[in-house]
Amino acid sequence: MKNKIFVIIGFTLFIFCFIIFYKGLQKPNIYEPLLEGEINLPNFTSYDFFSNEKIFSDELIKEGSYYIINVWASWCAPCRSEHNFLMSLKSKNFQLIGVNYKDNKNNAQVFLQELGNPYSKILSDKNGTLSIELGAYGVPETLIINKNKKIIKKIIGPINDQNFSELLKIIK
Amino acid sequence: MKKLSIFLMLIICLNNTYSFAVDKPTELENKIFKNLRCLICQGQSVYDSQSDFAESMKIVVRKNLKSGMSEKDIYQFMRNNYGEWVLYDPEINKGTYLLWGLPFLFFLIGGAIILRKLGVLKR
Amino acid sequence: MIFNYIGNYSTIISLFLSLAIFLRSFLKLKNFDQLIKIDLKKLIFFQFFFIFVSFISLLILFLNSEFGNITVYNNSHTTKPLFYKVSGLWGNHEGSLLLWLLILTLTNFLYFSLSLSRTTKERLFTVIFQQIIIFGFIVFLIFTSNPFNEIFPIPKEGLGLNPILQDPILAIHPPILYLGYVSTSIIFSSSLSSLILGNVNSDWASHIKNWILCSWIFLTGGILLGSIWAYYELGWGGFWFWDPVENISLMPWISLTALLHCILVLEKRSSLASWSIILCISTFTLSVCGTFLVRSGILNSVHTFANDPERGLYILFFLFFIIFLSLVIYFFYEEKLSISNKSFGLITKESHILINNWFLMYFLSVILIGTIYPIFLEVISNQRISVGPPFFNKLIIPFLIPFLIFMSLGPNLGWIKSKKIEKKLTLIVFFIVNLFLSFFILKSIGDVKLFTLLLLTANLYLFFITIKDFLKKGYKNYSQIISHFGFSLLILSIILNAIFSKEIIANLKVGEELGFENNKITFQRIETSTGPNFEKIVGVFIIHDQKGESNKFMPEIRIYNKPEVITSEAFIKTSIFKDRFLVINPIKDKTYFNVRYQEKPLMIWIWISTLLIMLGGCIKFLKNEK
Repeated sequence: MKNKIFVIIGFTLFIFCFIIFYKGLQKPNIYEPLLEGEINLPNFTSYDFFSNEKIFSDELIKEGSYYIINVWASWCAPCRSEHNFLMSLKSKNFQLIGVNYKDNKNNAQVFLQELGNPYSKILSDKNGTLSIELGAYGVPETLIINKNKKIIKKIIGPINDQNFSELLKIIK
Repeated sequence: MKKLSIFLMLIICLNNTYSFAVDKPTELENKIFKNLRCLICQGQSVYDSQSDFAESMKIVVRKNLKSGMSEKDIYQFMRNNYGEWVLYDPEINKGTYLLWGLPFLFFLIGGAIILRKLGVLKR
Repeated sequence: MIFNYIGNYSTIISLFLSLAIFLRSFLKLKNFDQLIKIDLKKLIFFQFFFIFVSFISLLILFLNSEFGNITVYNNSHTTKPLFYKVSGLWGNHEGSLLLWLLILTLTNFLYFSLSLSRTTKERLFTVIFQQIIIFGFIVFLIFTSNPFNEIFPIPKEGLGLNPILQDPILAIHPPILYLGYVSTSIIFSSSLSSLILGNVNSDWASHIKNWILCSWIFLTGGILLGSIWAYYELGWGGFWFWDPVENISLMPWISLTALLHCILVLEKRSSLASWSIILCISTFTLSVCGTFLVRSGILNSVHTFANDPERGLYILFFLFFIIFLSLVIYFFYEEKLSISNKSFGLITKESHILINNWFLMYFLSVILIGTIYPIFLEVISNQRISVGPPFFNKLIIPFLIPFLIFMSLGPNLGWIKSKKIEKKLTLIVFFIVNLFLSFFILKSIGDVKLFTLLLLTANLYLFFITIKDFLKKGYKNYSQIISHFGFSLLILSIILNAIFSKEIIANLKVGEELGFENNKITFQRIETSTGPNFEKIVGVFIIHDQKGESNKFMPEIRIYNKPEVITSEAFIKTSIFKDRFLVINPIKDKTYFNVRYQEKPLMIWIWISTLLIMLGGCIKFLKNEK
């Protein structure tokens, strides 16, 4: 009797482990920091890309309006293709803020002249710290901030048709 | 000298970015670096990693320490931004009770079996 | 290209040979001997031979840099030194699997030739189980990771081997490690066959002991090599990172160590039979489990192979088939085990071996759970966590204290019943002496923590007791004393290394100086030169220490041509007391270098002590002392 219980427990465990490993194989082993729920926008200070003026997050981002923060750099190829989407985003019920990530200022300016400047404000992030404070981990990455100053969505990688329409839904 | 310039060009070509390595970290800083996992070279800690991202992370840690955050605050901050995954030392919560508890459970069960075998515990 | 075909076909031939051997053994077991009259030994030899042929073919392809072969194309390059062309063979998934098979068939052949003292039935059953394993791996090789795939049009140049694998130690690390892993398969098969035949007794124990020892020695050696490599190539002076792949190699080792002790009880007292069988099974299962975890890419590690989910799926099925098979056999034949209900005396050798197994199993469970828990959590709740060094240190180190104390006491006890412990007082006094000794050692650094104090005491206790045993007159069990002494030395070096390690990290440019304790580090100049397949930048540093001596340190930065990778080569000055470790990294604002200087006390003793542990095993293996 006791032996039988052991056998049953053993085989249940066996099948359980198999299922877990089987499912585990289907999951990607690279970690992407996905957003769960919403988090408060942290306070930060940064510098304006053009004028180099100091900017405080409280002054830049205020309650009652949607913001989209887009991390980009001139050396990042996917950012180029993404730029078209950003250009078509120009609208009134939100503000698009760019974060220029570890970039050379001249190259970045050329990039903007070539493809246009969709941003209402660009912050410069020379050493990558601002992106970390915002919880981004590479370029391109896009954060959406709602009217209560909470980050509600992160898009890692370039914006494509699918997440573009999602994005439009959120901020419409 | 020519070779050197080739080398430097190569480095710049390979990594399009500019890195700023943290100068002379303190013991506390190193301890924190060792406990943070790098998101770019995902098998390594920020302390071991050479990636640009890890260097930026180090700068942020140093900046936060200066602004008066404690070690715990920094972990909380990183967890908020990147999820629990960035910490090598998982904290005890609903998801990790078993992680911390199971080894002890095994230890106790093993102990009980051995005590019985040794005749200390009688049936 | 001819070798591509030779290699390909000989693996297929050995696959069929595997079936033939299986059938032949099966018929012989059923006494249908007259049906086929082929010598089993020849079949087994030819299986090994054909795998050997295909291994040699791949080797020739690598030596000739024939890039028509996809494995060669992916992992070799014409400018690579000859030595690394050879080691490039097993520096990748397909080739290493072929090496694995080579060793597997070799051990199978060796087993069959060396086990003449055993009954025919037992040998046949063992061969059958071995063939199941071999068959599984050959199928895996042929269908998911064939090293002889062709590529057309034939490329002119290969992609090259990852530079961090171009290293003499890492070149011999896989063969040694595989010898260890693979010989556990013999232990597995033999234990299952003697379980079926119901002869798990002391006779079998002394037979299988040699295989256990052999596999244990190689596994220890393999782990040691990997660790040395990580020390000077990967890490910044670290030698163990609790990385999943390292954990995976440690798990079978722990299980094997437990088995090594437990088998003694089976040999001397015909007890613990079922526990020994469980350990035999779990050791091999853990080895295959390691293969699964590393090669499927389910885990995230520094040392990953190229991942392919299909492979992962195959090994997963294979792994669970083996576990299932052994579970079924175990439950069916469990009654045949002679279960002795003798309870052990409290103060006997066997009870201490049990305690040793208890702790080892605890360590094993910590590592196992720490390594696979993230997978379980992710699948069940989609939560992703990392389990790193702090977790393992917190759960393992405190338990080392009682472990070390039992380890010092156990070997001096007798079997069955010890003479009344007349030496009890001496042992206690000895312990207190060590307590004071460690107190003073820690006091001299000015940092006495109760925990470190106890750990150091327990360790010194083992250290001195093994020395005392070594010096005492009369009969001595050298192998045990040397291995245990090696272990205490290992832990001692690790503790002191952790306490006394110092480091400084700074950004320097040529001409700058850096003060560190009483040392002065001067960055003199940089030189450039060319190696066989890389260019290098050598930073020349002079370090003046407090005694006024100055030493030249020349860490390198290498830029490999194929693939284009930059690596840092540390410069290490090793002495008996400490290693001095200097490594530089380029910072991309052109003039500065990130310099890390470390003083790591007793590093060399960590390696030496592991060698001592192995030496103990070798002595046991050679002398086969009772």
